[in-house]
Amino acid sequence: MSIERLTPPELLSKNKFNVDEEEPHIIIDKAICARCVEKPCLYVCPAVLYKLDKNGEMSFDYAGCLECGTCRVMCKNKGIVKWVYPRGTFGVIYRQG
Amino acid sequence: MSNEDKFDVIIVGAGPAGSACAYTLAKAGKNVLVIERGDTPGCKNVTGGRLYTYALEMLEQGLFEEAALERRVTHEEIMIISGDRAVTIDFNQPGFNPDSGAPMSFTVLRAVFDEWLAAKAEEMGAIVACGIKVDQLIEQNGKIVGVIAGEDEMYADIVIAADGVNSFMAQQAGLIQDIVAKTVGVGVKEVIELPAKTIEERFNLKAGEGAARMILGCTEGIHGGGFLYTNKDSISLGCVFMPGEAAQHKKSVHEIFQDLKLHPAILPLIDGGETVEYSAHLVSEAGYRGIHPRLYREGFLMIGDAAGFVINTGYSIRGIDLAIVSGIAAARAVIAHGDNLAAVGPNYMQELIHLKLIPTMKAADGYFDILETPWIYDKLPNLANDVFNNLFTVNGEVPQRMKDTVMGAIKANGLSLWQLLKLGIKGVKSL
Repeated sequence: MSIERLTPPELLSKNKFNVDEEEPHIIIDKAICARCVEKPCLYVCPAVLYKLDKNGEMSFDYAGCLECGTCRVMCKNKGIVKWVYPRGTFGVIYRQG
Repeated sequence: MSNEDKFDVIIVGAGPAGSACAYTLAKAGKNVLVIERGDTPGCKNVTGGRLYTYALEMLEQGLFEEAALERRVTHEEIMIISGDRAVTIDFNQPGFNPDSGAPMSFTVLRAVFDEWLAAKAEEMGAIVACGIKVDQLIEQNGKIVGVIAGEDEMYADIVIAADGVNSFMAQQAGLIQDIVAKTVGVGVKEVIELPAKTIEERFNLKAGEGAARMILGCTEGIHGGGFLYTNKDSISLGCVFMPGEAAQHKKSVHEIFQDLKLHPAILPLIDGGETVEYSAHLVSEAGYRGIHPRLYREGFLMIGDAAGFVINTGYSIRGIDLAIVSGIAAARAVIAHGDNLAAVGPNYMQELIHLKLIPTMKAADGYFDILETPWIYDKLPNLANDVFNNLFTVNGEVPQRMKDTVMGAIKANGLSLWQLLKLGIKGVKSL
């Protein structure tokens, strides 16, 4: 193996997740996000899960969430309408930490 | 409510704070329940990181000898990066505590360490229930009397919030507000596996010895810095950023961290390794000022990251040791005053002072101002590398006088001697 620049999906593929398919722990309101000018979530999410699609609309996938809470702290226009930890046993499972 | 459902203490979170608290309480015969949302203790937790062993010694003498730790830190390193250059200071010492003879600190990985410490608390008689997320606190007559997890209600004389930096428990108890972006950093980390022998060769280590490195100048001017810790068979490489500045910088923290990984002075240290995990976590950056003003109310205490116990001096970062000490402090307060609930909170604060946690954080308070100086994250690293560059440049020309070299580099970096002096004076005065 040699060390190389890894994309967020490549990095997340190294991790173990137990995704809660029934209940997302983070929910965004895209209409609020559309009005948000700064969109700090695009830059501060370590897993780069907040992205603009080709129509410029905010897209978000909670499945690769590392549960750091940075988006919750930075989301000033409250486009994140729900942020809780995943239900017990769900979410990221760090084997190193 | 039956007696089975009533505990002396319920602790939310089986990190170092929660487990140290549970260990101490259970040892004293208290009926303790620890509730952890992860499948196993530690599987939600991230460190840089290292652990200073004095805290484990406080918990139980000699405990560090069987602890799930990585390498004894013998090399303290500071690396200052600018462009493709780097100045590295490597302080090599035996790494033992002069008083006790015990090793001073070890590098650590949390998934293994936290699981080990929680198992020690269980050995003492605490119940550790994993895979359960506490949703709510139960309040009666102005007192916290228990927790709700899903359909279940559980009661205790005291509920202790050890649920980390995003403490939902403390927020629910009304003791903390929303986290202010300026008071936290977001840390990202890759754990990169390498053979032990390769790590030892690259860092000049004997078997079992480790290096801890802080890295300045790798954040594109954003308040923050990198870190590197050598584990037994892996290297933890990471970077911490103030999220507000990162958002304004408009470059993903992931991207800046990948740049660090490929830096010509970092890459040879990790090359040939394999990334086995990518993690992220918030870390309190406000130090003494970040301690929440009220750490208790009747029937409720906050410990560890939930309370804001982290020290960042720029050259070392402490959190796990403070978490353990605060857990011990809370346990002692409960043991001494369990029959008079109103006295537990104030006694916890006294224990935090008695165990030197609050005074230690106060003593490190001045670092906060130094680390607030914006140009130490770009201009200063550049200046340091410029000076070294001139020092080691031999090209057949008549070399500049040292004084002119330094003054020229200061000016070229948009700084003044006065600014540097002011920072120096601030440093001497505040530390």
